[in-house]
Amino acid sequence: MTYSPGEMMTVAAARALAPGTSCFVGIGKPSTAANLARRTHAPDLVLVYESGTIGAKPDRLPLSIGDGVLAETADAVVSVPEIFNYWLQPGRIDVGFLGAAQLDRFANINTTVIGKDYTDPTVRLPGAGGAPEIAASCREVIVIVAHSRRTFVTTVDFVTSVGFGAGPGDRERHGLRGRGPQLVVTDLGMLAPDPETCELTLTHLHPGVTLDEVRAATGWELRVAAELRTTAAPTDTELSVLRALENPTS
Amino acid sequence: MGQITTLAEAVARLVHDGDTVALEGFTHLIPVAAGHEIIRQGRRDLTLVRMTPDIVYDQLIGAGCARKLVFSWAGNPGVGSLHRFRDAAQHGWPVPLEIEEHSHAGMANRYAAGAAGLPFAVLRGYTGTDLPGRTATVAPITCPFTGEVLTAVPALNPDVAIVHAQRADRRGNVQIWGISGVHKEVVLASRSSLVTVEEIVDELEPRPGALVLPGWAITCVAEVPRGAHPSYAMGYYERDNAYYRSWDAISRDRDAFTAWLRAEVLR
Repeated sequence: MTYSPGEMMTVAAARALAPGTSCFVGIGKPSTAANLARRTHAPDLVLVYESGTIGAKPDRLPLSIGDGVLAETADAVVSVPEIFNYWLQPGRIDVGFLGAAQLDRFANINTTVIGKDYTDPTVRLPGAGGAPEIAASCREVIVIVAHSRRTFVTTVDFVTSVGFGAGPGDRERHGLRGRGPQLVVTDLGMLAPDPETCELTLTHLHPGVTLDEVRAATGWELRVAAELRTTAAPTDTELSVLRALENPTS
Repeated sequence: MGQITTLAEAVARLVHDGDTVALEGFTHLIPVAAGHEIIRQGRRDLTLVRMTPDIVYDQLIGAGCARKLVFSWAGNPGVGSLHRFRDAAQHGWPVPLEIEEHSHAGMANRYAAGAAGLPFAVLRGYTGTDLPGRTATVAPITCPFTGEVLTAVPALNPDVAIVHAQRADRRGNVQIWGISGVHKEVVLASRSSLVTVEEIVDELEPRPGALVLPGWAITCVAEVPRGAHPSYAMGYYERDNAYYRSWDAISRDRDAFTAWLRAEVLR
């Protein structure tokens, strides 16, 4: 089956969610990928949404983080203070799944303002939401974001959520307990932090994508892993399940 | 004391110019009809508090009711931006809007401290981000027992909390089920409160897991069927996703918004 770059991105992100883990899910691509994972290789994935639904098993894609289908199918529905204080803050959640408006080479995330002047921004974005503490407290973080120079910038205009700060040791200095972003999935490939420098390094190209294309879509001089791999193309099963999720009537 | 009254009477009694007002509801049970009543009564200079300013806050801001917004995520969920919010924050239309920006965890803890009668809350949060540099109500604090540096945020104690719920009985006891967000915290943190409900019944049918706010903890209760629309009330109606999508075009343009306001709220 043929597939779009967006479908490749969602499938690659879904595969990164291991069976039996708990995942703090945002709406949009993270939610689509997590629900795809639960319908393919990880049926026991525990979906946690910031609206307070723990262990949601929706039979369709939720349209918001507080969709009724999440509450109806959850193991537990708790208050918002509880989900952040008792479940997220102590590090009980394995994976946090985040998007970004801007991302830098140390995987710091901006979802607040575009432009250097906070009080007079070029674009006012929605803001932090749950992301700063998800990035700080989940055992690890996966970022899913479309690859472009507008997004992949040398320095983010505003640090909403910390990846690796300015480099090695920064997470520890800030008292952040999780390991930080371990994977960035884009529509062109996948990146992971270098174990020594913490800098995002291209590890995978999606099928048909060239290294030059990724470099052209990255706002910094991109480091590439010694062994650059090609992502396995989506299987027919993955694509069928994904399309049924996204277009339930067709 | 959970006094049963009309929406118009409750807003006239509880919401005054210059007040700090929190309309809460986390996707579910957003008190939209109450927001429209505040617009109709022409309130001004409000400090609007809400974790996720929804389109009801876009409408209040566009109608010129707000002087300041305290929030943690301002967007039209699944659709895009809140254009009336952006226009007010960036261009001062119809009046300039001051902002005080937090994370969800920070806001939730501010309400929890307010409900607990404490001056502040402590959390692991904000460290390493640019938020503390932009928000005066975020400060480091050292644990007196371990020496660990954590984050303090001051309690939020709004003048009035407004939430929506499924049911109340005739004594003003309120029953809520499904996603309850910060309903309990904001009601208990605020000096007065209004709960709009889908229906008032003779007796609340017991529902396991449902949250009951006793009437003596609430100031006013008003029966407002479909009072959360376009958000939803579990057991009564679904979220109107088409309305959220259609808001984008209406809110992008000042004239389209003004026409909408006259036709749908001020009529």
